[in-house]
Order: sequence, then C-alpha cells, then structure tokens
Amino acid sequence: MKPGYYFWSGDIAAAEGAIAAGCRFYAGYPITPSSEIAERMALRLPQEGGKFIEMEDEIGSIAAIIGASWTGEKVMTATAGPGISLMNENIGLAAMTEVPIVVVNAMRGAPSTGLPTLIGQGDLMQAKWGSHGSYEIISLYPDSVQETFDLMIDAFNYAEKYRVPVMFLIDAMLAHMYEKIYVPPEDEIVRIERKRPTTPPEETLIYKADDDLIPPMPRIGEGYKIHASGLTHNEKGYPELTPQAQEKLVRRLNDKIRKHAEEIWKVEEYKTEDADVIVVAMGSESRSVRLAVDLARREGIKAGMLRLITIWPFPYKFIEKYNVPYIVAEINYGQIYHKVREYTQDVELLPKMGGEIHKPDEVLRAIRRMVQ
Amino acid sequence: MRIEIKFGGLGGQGIITAGYITAKAAAIYDGKESAFTQDYSAEARGGASTSEVIISDEKVTYPQVLNADYLVLMSQSAYRDYLDKLKEGGTLIIDEDLVKPDEKAKNFKIYKIPATRFAEEIGNPIVANIIMLGFFTAITGVVSKDAMWKSIEERIPKRFLELNERAFLKGYEYGEKMKKE
Repeated sequence: MKPGYYFWSGDIAAAEGAIAAGCRFYAGYPITPSSEIAERMALRLPQEGGKFIEMEDEIGSIAAIIGASWTGEKVMTATAGPGISLMNENIGLAAMTEVPIVVVNAMRGAPSTGLPTLIGQGDLMQAKWGSHGSYEIISLYPDSVQETFDLMIDAFNYAEKYRVPVMFLIDAMLAHMYEKIYVPPEDEIVRIERKRPTTPPEETLIYKADDDLIPPMPRIGEGYKIHASGLTHNEKGYPELTPQAQEKLVRRLNDKIRKHAEEIWKVEEYKTEDADVIVVAMGSESRSVRLAVDLARREGIKAGMLRLITIWPFPYKFIEKYNVPYIVAEINYGQIYHKVREYTQDVELLPKMGGEIHKPDEVLRAIRRMVQ
Repeated sequence: MRIEIKFGGLGGQGIITAGYITAKAAAIYDGKESAFTQDYSAEARGGASTSEVIISDEKVTYPQVLNADYLVLMSQSAYRDYLDKLKEGGTLIIDEDLVKPDEKAKNFKIYKIPATRFAEEIGNPIVANIIMLGFFTAITGVVSKDAMWKSIEERIPKRFLELNERAFLKGYEYGEKMKKE
C-alpha cells in the first residue's frame, strides 16, 4: 500500500500488515469474524504477485500454508471459532517440523459455534496448548487497528526467525472495528528472513540446529534432501523413534523459544510505576480497562494496567516486577488469571462469558474493591 | 473530548454507511481519532440496523457508545430500542415521517427532518441517509462540512455523486435553517 492514512477494520489491517511483512501465500476457509481477511487477501495478493487459494476446509488451509512455507514463501491463514479447533492438529505439525507460519484467530464467543459475530477471549490457553504434545509457540494480541498492522510485521519476523507457528490473536470486536491507521513508507518496514543453509546439500543435515537452537531452513526444490516428518526425527529429518531422540528434539523445540522469551515479550505498562493496583488485560478488553484506570486515577486511586501484547511465551517477569494486587480482566471464565497466579497470590479474576467487553464501570468497581 | 454518536434504523436505509462515513470523515479529513462499530446480528434488509461512532481528540479507549451525545434515528423500532442510550440533555435527530417521539423524549433536544420524503423528491429514496448526514453535519458541527462531503465522495460510486451532492446539500441547508429557528 502507498504510505499514508487509511480507515480500516482490524481484519483489513491484519491482511495489509501481512502483505507489508512479505506474505505472498494465503490459503483459507472464510469464517466470521475473520472472513474479511480472506476477502482482502483474495483481492490484494494477486496484485502483489502472490497467491490466494480458497480451500475446502480449515484442515486443508493450514496444511496448504505449511507446504507453501517450504517453498520459501511467507504464508498465512486466518480463522475463528470452530475453525481454529480444526487447525490445531497441524499447528503441532508446524511446531514439530519447524515451519514458519502465521495463523490469525479472530476470537468470538464460544464454545462450539457460540456467538459468531461477538467477542470472546476463550482461546488464550488454546493458543498455546491447542495441539497435542508439549511444545512452545509464539502468540501475539493487539488492541487497535494500528497495532494489528504493526504487530503483524513482528509476527512474520518471529515466525521466520524462530521457525515456529505464530498464533496471531485478534477478537470479533477488533476484527470488525474501523479506525484510522498509518501505513509507513516501504523503507521503514523491517523484515526478517529465515536462515538458509550455507553449506552445499551433500554436507547439510536439515535439522541440525545452530548455537541459537534454530536450524537453517532450505527451500524445497533446490537440491537439499528434505524429509519433514511429524514423527520424532534426527538431524537428517528421518524418524528416530527413541526416548533419546525425543529428549533432544522436543527439548530444543521448547528451549529455542524459552531461551529467547525476553526478545519476544511485548507488554505495555500503562500508569504502573506508582500503581497500588494493576489490571492485566489484552486485546479489545484493554480499551475499557484503560478508560477505567483513568477514571480511577480521577478518584485518587492509583491504578495501572499491564497490557499483554505477547501472550505466549508468557511474559511472567512483568507480573513479578510489581508487588501490588492484580485483577485479570478477560472475556472467559479464568485463563490468563491462572497464569498470573503462578507468579503472585494476590490476584482476582474479573470474568465475562463473552459477547461484549466489560463496561468501564464494571472494571472501575473491581478496582475500588481491590484497594478497599 | 469524547463524542458518542449512535445511528439507528432498518436494514437498507444506509445506517451502517452513515456511521462509516461519519467516523472516516472525523479521522481522515478532520484529523481526529475515531472508532466505528456496527451491529452484525441483523443485517437482513428490513431488520434492525445500528452503527456507532466515537470521535475523540485522543486515541479512542472504549470503542462503543456508553452515553450517546447524539442519536440519529430513521425508524420507530430504533426509537423504541435505542432512546435509553441517549444521555441526559443529548440531541435526538430523527426522520420526522418515520419516528414519532413520545413523552420519554421530552428532556432531549430534538431536530426533525423529513429525510426520506426529501430523498424521494430528489429522485431516489436511497439517498435519505445522505440527507440525514447533511442535516447532522449542520446541526451538530462535530464533523466539518468539507470532511463529511469528502468522506461521502469516497464512499459513493462516481455515477451517483451528483445525486448524493444534491442530497447532502439539501440536508445541510435544511439543518442550517432549523438551527436558526
């Protein structure tokens, strides 16, 4: 896009952010409230020399982007609700085979088909634990149309750098809400490309990691022997079904994220320096919390907000940093609340089952209760 | 300064379009911040339709209407459903042929325009929402006339621009007149 100001929805910003990040392949199956991402990609990718494919379902969609990523392209799909549940098997495959992909999940009221057009935040835990097995992925969650665009570029950079699926969370409110957005000039966008092997094919083991625990990734069709298996594999990529191979591989898959966690963490600390009470919030919900914090300050209550932008790996050091009571405001019946509780005993949950975010008054009342 | 506007009517009256045009006018052409949301639950033609616009000098926090400063209505069912969203002393703007206010509206400033009738006179009832936007612009001044027109111009197909310009000016001039009365 030409640099300048636009008036976009979160969905449009997600699609345009992906294109700005270098995404040139999208396979998807439209579902509310993510459909406008597919719609925008269908229009824009051909203009940018990319490919858009409408698939038969969500399982096919994520399988297609995993395959396409091996050709060296940056790839994305988007879904919501039941669609993300269907995709989870192959998120595990991408984690195991270390394929950079970006998956957008526009969270809506759930479980099941729930509230297709209305907000939920019930997939925060699923973002990390959705597929079977013990693995780490990266998950990011913006709170505005501008941040959706900006953060999408980080999402692709993380996927490429760490060779990992990035679960890009938005929610039904953000997906459909329109705001002003600034698209920066081309030369201000920083893009990271995945590492490629520097040795010739006959000397390369495609799953041999460097010191940073990340193996360089060859492009399929360039002569490298590529065997990408969801089975536990050795450095050659061949199945090696032993506890020793499992220990080595799965430990590395987790450690390559854990050891770089601090580089991945993004947290907004809003009026927290002198705070007597801190509300933890994410996505659209944080917009209500921000207003509630301002209202509390007007009453003389020193409230603050920790807005988690990186959800996974969980930015626990920010919780440990403050010795104050916490409130976790989320649109579910307690998910990130339990994560926060791992790092402090003094925490209360402000839940909502879905369909809307908390009204600022509801958050304000919780803040007042906490400082009494 | 936070300003909250709610549009309400029936599917097909351009209620969603009116909200989008207003929010974009404020953000892109008046250089303010705005957020536009719509109710997706009843998009079918003839069903209830509503959209919300928040305009602010700073980044918009809570993106939906808490206590509307302005309520713009084009159907009696919208009047029934949304009147309680209008804050005390707020401004109610209605299509006078389609909305009949009762005593519940007595504490609001009320501005009336026969927008749909005017649209039919101009040649197409489809521009009733644009007449309403002209009227809204003149009455409230929350969006400048230039910004509102630019935003309409960008949203409307070229071949309908002339019709829409007549509609916009009709509403605007009627609003100027009503404001003086």
